[in-house]
Amino acid sequence: MPVAMAKSKPAVAPKSVTISNKMTLPKELQKNMLDLMIKSRVLEERLIKVYKTGDSFFWIGGPGEEAFGVSLGLLINKGQGIDHDFLHLHYRASPTLVTLGMSMLDAIRLTMNRATDVSTGGRNFCGHYCYPQWNVTPITSPLTVQYGFAIGTALAQRRRRPKGNRAITIVTGGDAASAEGDFASSLIWASRPGNELPMFITIQNNRWGISTSYDSQHGEKHVSDRAKAFNIRTAVINGNDPIECYLGIQSEMDYIRRSGKPVCAEFEVSRLFGHSSADGANRRQEHDPVPAFEKRIIDQKIMTSAQVKELWDKYEEESVRAADQARSEAGPTRESVWENVYVGNENADWRKF
Amino acid sequence: MASMAQAIRMALHVGETKLGVTDIFGEDVGAPLGGVFTATQGLKNAWNSPLDERGIIAAAIGLGLAGDRCVAEIQFCDYIFNTIDLLKMAGNTLWASNGQYNMPIVVMTPVGAGIRGSIYHSHSFDALATRLPGWKIVCPSTPLDAYGLMLSAIEDPNPVLYLKPKALMRVRGEELIPGEPADEKTLKAMIDAPVQGDRSSWKAKWPELEEYKVRIGEGKITREGDKATIVSYGRTMPLCNRVADMLREEGTAVEVIDLRSLYPYDWQMIKASVSKTGKVLFVNEDTEVTNFGEHLAYRATTELFYELMARPRVLAGKNLPGIGLHPNLEEASVPHLEDIMHEMRELLAEVP
Ligand SMILES: Cc1ncc(C[n+]2csc(CCOP(=O)(O)OP(=O)(O)O)c2C)c(N)n1
Repeated sequence: MPVAMAKSKPAVAPKSVTISNKMTLPKELQKNMLDLMIKSRVLEERLIKVYKTGDSFFWIGGPGEEAFGVSLGLLINKGQGIDHDFLHLHYRASPTLVTLGMSMLDAIRLTMNRATDVSTGGRNFCGHYCYPQWNVTPITSPLTVQYGFAIGTALAQRRRRPKGNRAITIVTGGDAASAEGDFASSLIWASRPGNELPMFITIQNNRWGISTSYDSQHGEKHVSDRAKAFNIRTAVINGNDPIECYLGIQSEMDYIRRSGKPVCAEFEVSRLFGHSSADGANRRQEHDPVPAFEKRIIDQKIMTSAQVKELWDKYEEESVRAADQARSEAGPTRESVWENVYVGNENADWRKF
Repeated sequence: MASMAQAIRMALHVGETKLGVTDIFGEDVGAPLGGVFTATQGLKNAWNSPLDERGIIAAAIGLGLAGDRCVAEIQFCDYIFNTIDLLKMAGNTLWASNGQYNMPIVVMTPVGAGIRGSIYHSHSFDALATRLPGWKIVCPSTPLDAYGLMLSAIEDPNPVLYLKPKALMRVRGEELIPGEPADEKTLKAMIDAPVQGDRSSWKAKWPELEEYKVRIGEGKITREGDKATIVSYGRTMPLCNRVADMLREEGTAVEVIDLRSLYPYDWQMIKASVSKTGKVLFVNEDTEVTNFGEHLAYRATTELFYELMARPRVLAGKNLPGIGLHPNLEEASVPHLEDIMHEMRELLAEVP
């Protein structure tokens, strides 16, 4: 994870930021989406506070990506094993994990590196989730490697398609990281003629690396344009609009499930608290998808502002309780470093060979 | 007797028919070639990948995450270096996920000098491999061990790096693989693709092979003796055996250990032997600085200090940027018979 301080100019906001009024979704679904977006935002802000009060060494997360992350989470064929979608996510995946069912307590335990942290047992950074029960494969720090790992799970799914398996592999990552060769690998392997892979290759374009702007390094208009050369279907979606995200992801996933072929989709998103705690984790002036969606829902009388406020309050309280609980828990023991080097705790210490 | 390439092929056949191996893949691994050393010829689940080493290792990791069993190949270990971070990840997946995801993959790659391979077909990878915690690392020196170690590697729920000494791939063994026809020509007719002509309709006729496993972590004493110990693996192994045979003719019995597994390694075997002989030489062909033999020599020094009759020695490749093509250059770079003999004579002559 990054430690460099970002010297950031005012961030360039993604182009499309308005919530489309042409598209719509059932009211209950919209309510559920707003609920999850608020929960996710409250959690992220709690994680930032946990960092700022010295209860964590590092913070990184996805505030600003709730519209995309929640929509994705809702559309996943969720479960464990090859009959379900596989997820290869990066460190901004909290909204998706919250949607899949991760508790705030889990996320805070990871952030505070407690022994009770189910994802890594206190071994890894905030946001590096791992949930085999939902096929959320371990999130790791090296950028873009997940695009390569996705090839493997998609290969495993592809060979089961003749038996009716329609599960797909989903991979997420940032725009700057798409310059790594592993991104190109995913396009090449996903589009081998006759061996196309059921892969949803996505990019969350917030127009920044840590401090390096997209425009200063990328000649291509959209990262997803690169997939066109491989005859991969592409899409550019307003990642700040939950309805456009939901409908867009739904239609691309349908295509992948039906055809067994890949899609490369780029989501234009905001980065609301900078890159990570390394550049301060302070609020930036960018379009915020959560209040925008909230306003729409209130304007359309799907919920009242009092009902929305209740959600914020409820999650705020949950987040405080979860942080208190995690703070009271122990860290991993020193002896536990040797655990899980090999399966079944087979000895890995050469002193004992 | 089968060559090592045939032995690996037969093990992979057992792997894909009896042990659930779903994918055997890499560059030129599938038909028609079946691998640059033909170790994957005739296998039903062998396929050609794009020429993308990072893609190969990453795909193997993804297959492992999905719970499928694969054997991935990097065509020459000289080309594995741009995958190191992925190898580190395969090694740390179980640990980093707090035991939630294991990584049941096998990666095989030809290593070492000895085929006039010049700078980029002569690299070794054993020293670096031992710096990838979470992996198990094996390196056979005979076809039978190649067979038995491959079956164990496939069955192991952890990532296993299978180093194939290039120079030994075509060398025939002295022991039959259980189920292998006794006659070399019969085996060849059954499992070697025709060198000339159309291979498109060719199919291997596999012998009824039996499962035979070499436990990972278990060395083998190939020569018994009490005057000194040589510990080696891979290409230099037959050379060490020859040195022991030559010394025996002179009346000096030295013990030779084929380590077979680099991690975990058979310390108990080394310890018992060195405690008996008091003298030890570690031989391998990777470059000598921060060499795996150094770790073993360090351990022998610290743990067996009071039983030693001479300082432990390491004979390894010179710390050079590459292995030059001309035989003079290659011979000056990696251990040869004479070098091992020279070291052994010095070691044997040493008096405390
Ligand atoms: C291989 C690698 N190189 C560098 C880094 C350090 N690093 C972490 S995040 C990051 C910026 C990534 O930007 P982008 O891909 O656009 O994603 P974002 O963080 O903006 O969502 C960098 C340089 C890393 N983690 N891995």
